[in-house]
Amino acid sequence: MIQINQLSKKYKGAEYFSVNDLDLTIETGEIYGLLGPNGAGKTTLISMLTSLLKPTSGSFTIGGFNFREHKNQLKQLIGIVPQEYALYPTLTAFENLEYFGSMYGIKGAALKKSIIEHLEIMGLSKFATKKTATFSGGMKRRVNLIAGILHQPKVLFLDEPTVGVDVQSKNVIIDHLKFLNQQGTTIVYTSHHLIEAEVFCTRVAIIDQGEIIIKGIPSELIKAQAGANNLEDVFLAQTGKALRDYA
Amino acid sequence: MHKLWASTYKEMLLLIRDLGGIAILFIMPMLLLIVITLVQDSTFKTINNIKIPVLLVDNDKGEVSKSIIDNLSESNSFEILQKTTEDEAKNAVFSGKYQLAIIIPENLSASLQKKVNQNVEGILSKFGLEEDNSLVEKEAIPAKEVRLYFDPATQLSFKSSVKNGIDKMISKIETQSIYKAFQTELGEEDAVPIFDTESFISFKEVRQTKGNREIIPNSAQHNVPAWALFAIFFIVVPLSINLVKEKNQGTFVRLRTQPVNYATVLGGKTIVYLVVCLIQFTLMLLVGIFLFPAIGLPQLDVSGKLPMLYAVALFSGLAAIGLGLLLGTIAKTQEQSAPFGAIMVVILAALGGVWVPVFVMPKLMQSISKISPMNWGLEAFYDVFLRNVNFVKILPEISLLLLFFIITILIAIIYNQKKNAV
Repeated sequence: MIQINQLSKKYKGAEYFSVNDLDLTIETGEIYGLLGPNGAGKTTLISMLTSLLKPTSGSFTIGGFNFREHKNQLKQLIGIVPQEYALYPTLTAFENLEYFGSMYGIKGAALKKSIIEHLEIMGLSKFATKKTATFSGGMKRRVNLIAGILHQPKVLFLDEPTVGVDVQSKNVIIDHLKFLNQQGTTIVYTSHHLIEAEVFCTRVAIIDQGEIIIKGIPSELIKAQAGANNLEDVFLAQTGKALRDYA
Repeated sequence: MHKLWASTYKEMLLLIRDLGGIAILFIMPMLLLIVITLVQDSTFKTINNIKIPVLLVDNDKGEVSKSIIDNLSESNSFEILQKTTEDEAKNAVFSGKYQLAIIIPENLSASLQKKVNQNVEGILSKFGLEEDNSLVEKEAIPAKEVRLYFDPATQLSFKSSVKNGIDKMISKIETQSIYKAFQTELGEEDAVPIFDTESFISFKEVRQTKGNREIIPNSAQHNVPAWALFAIFFIVVPLSINLVKEKNQGTFVRLRTQPVNYATVLGGKTIVYLVVCLIQFTLMLLVGIFLFPAIGLPQLDVSGKLPMLYAVALFSGLAAIGLGLLLGTIAKTQEQSAPFGAIMVVILAALGGVWVPVFVMPKLMQSISKISPMNWGLEAFYDVFLRNVNFVKILPEISLLLLFFIITILIAIIYNQKKNAV
């Protein structure tokens, strides 16, 4: 589904590459976790794959569409759930979703039906006509997720989709993502919650300093790492314990 | 088309949810128009209807000073307040209590009479009409000066008009004295004047007419278009803030990942803010037509001009929106876009002739003003309001406004493409 070839990104004025010569293949139907410490290059990689950032070099295809030649087809194919709440605070949940759904070309009764169904699944039906400014973090995260999946994307990119939410909201989000995956949506997701990733992802790649250090099925990675009991142990063994502060 | 409609609907919702913002968008321009017209109208009345108190020190107490006082009183522009000493008058003016003091020098009447008589006698003797033709040594008569003291805060234009008025009055008194001296020297009776001292050359302002009706521009005809245009261009500020806000709250990031082009996003904003501009303009016309007469200001006359006025407002609105969208596209923060937008509009207004007419600007500024979209809009409004032209005459100006909109939008789209190229 996703084929990444020697993809690199170096920001203007930066000394190092944020993503360095990265090769990766993600198969259809996978839940692929991109894990790594702060500043490892996860968000930069997702930003390139979702047309938000221009790669310095290299290329990628999604569903066979090249990012340079078939930009619009590629955008129609993907959904994104950004790290920040990308919502209009003075619009209601329904109005936000109606607008973002329209931008994918969905309209009329189909759009309305899709919004109502998703709000129901996410437990937000009775808040549909409330302005999102009044929502809690967990509610905003759920609306944020719906905005990215209304058009039933083939590939869904999630950048820290459960950060800052309560356990209940997290469960609803993860359960629905699993459901979408069962329906055939390929999921690419970044997270700092390694326990969550261990359970949720079919495969993971640990990225550090713009490069993939290790990748594979979580259980196999744990098995292969001496003394590791979980993915967090693998992560620390691979990336070290030094703080990663960048400015 | 569906995406454009969705964008427009979203913009409309965002706007109507911000009641404070709407109030500012609609009420402040009307307030601006009312205040400016009241101020400008009262300035106009200051020169024409209201009497300005003027201090006068009469050290002459003769015929000339009486004539000056009579002329000033008859002019209906000044209220004469007599003071006894020059210092007293000077201090009162320089401290800002009065705007003007006139000091008439000692023996002005006698000296003028003496000087005139001397000149008239000289002329008559040259022509052999004087009884005593012997050459008498002329007595030196020192020139007299009428001193004027102005409050330092007085505007130059007011000073200049007062100086011109007094100069003209003194010239007239001098001329009349000369005529009178001739009449006396020729031995004619004062009661039967041989010279007509009234001005031979006069002037008359011939105004444009429409049918049999003379078109008389008033302060409303001047102020409404100028300040309506100023208000329309102020849309630059909220519009650029709207775009910057979208970038900062992350919604723009989501839009960039969606299959929608930037022109559609801008299109939705253009439609909504164009409607805002036209509502603003309508409210300002209504103020001019209905509120102005109620508060003692001249009524705005829009009879037969509405379609052309709305055409100018529409294209001016487009030009303003283009500028706002370009600014919002380039600016990264509201701290950049808001002050820059506001100051830019003030500069464009100054260049466009909203405050000072373009013809009184220095040559360089006159040339620069030609590239201000506010100048095109203002000229088009003046064409319709004051010059009574037809649609063809305003085509060049509204074409320039449209071109400005197209260019600014294109720059915004290209900039966005380059900035976010993938």
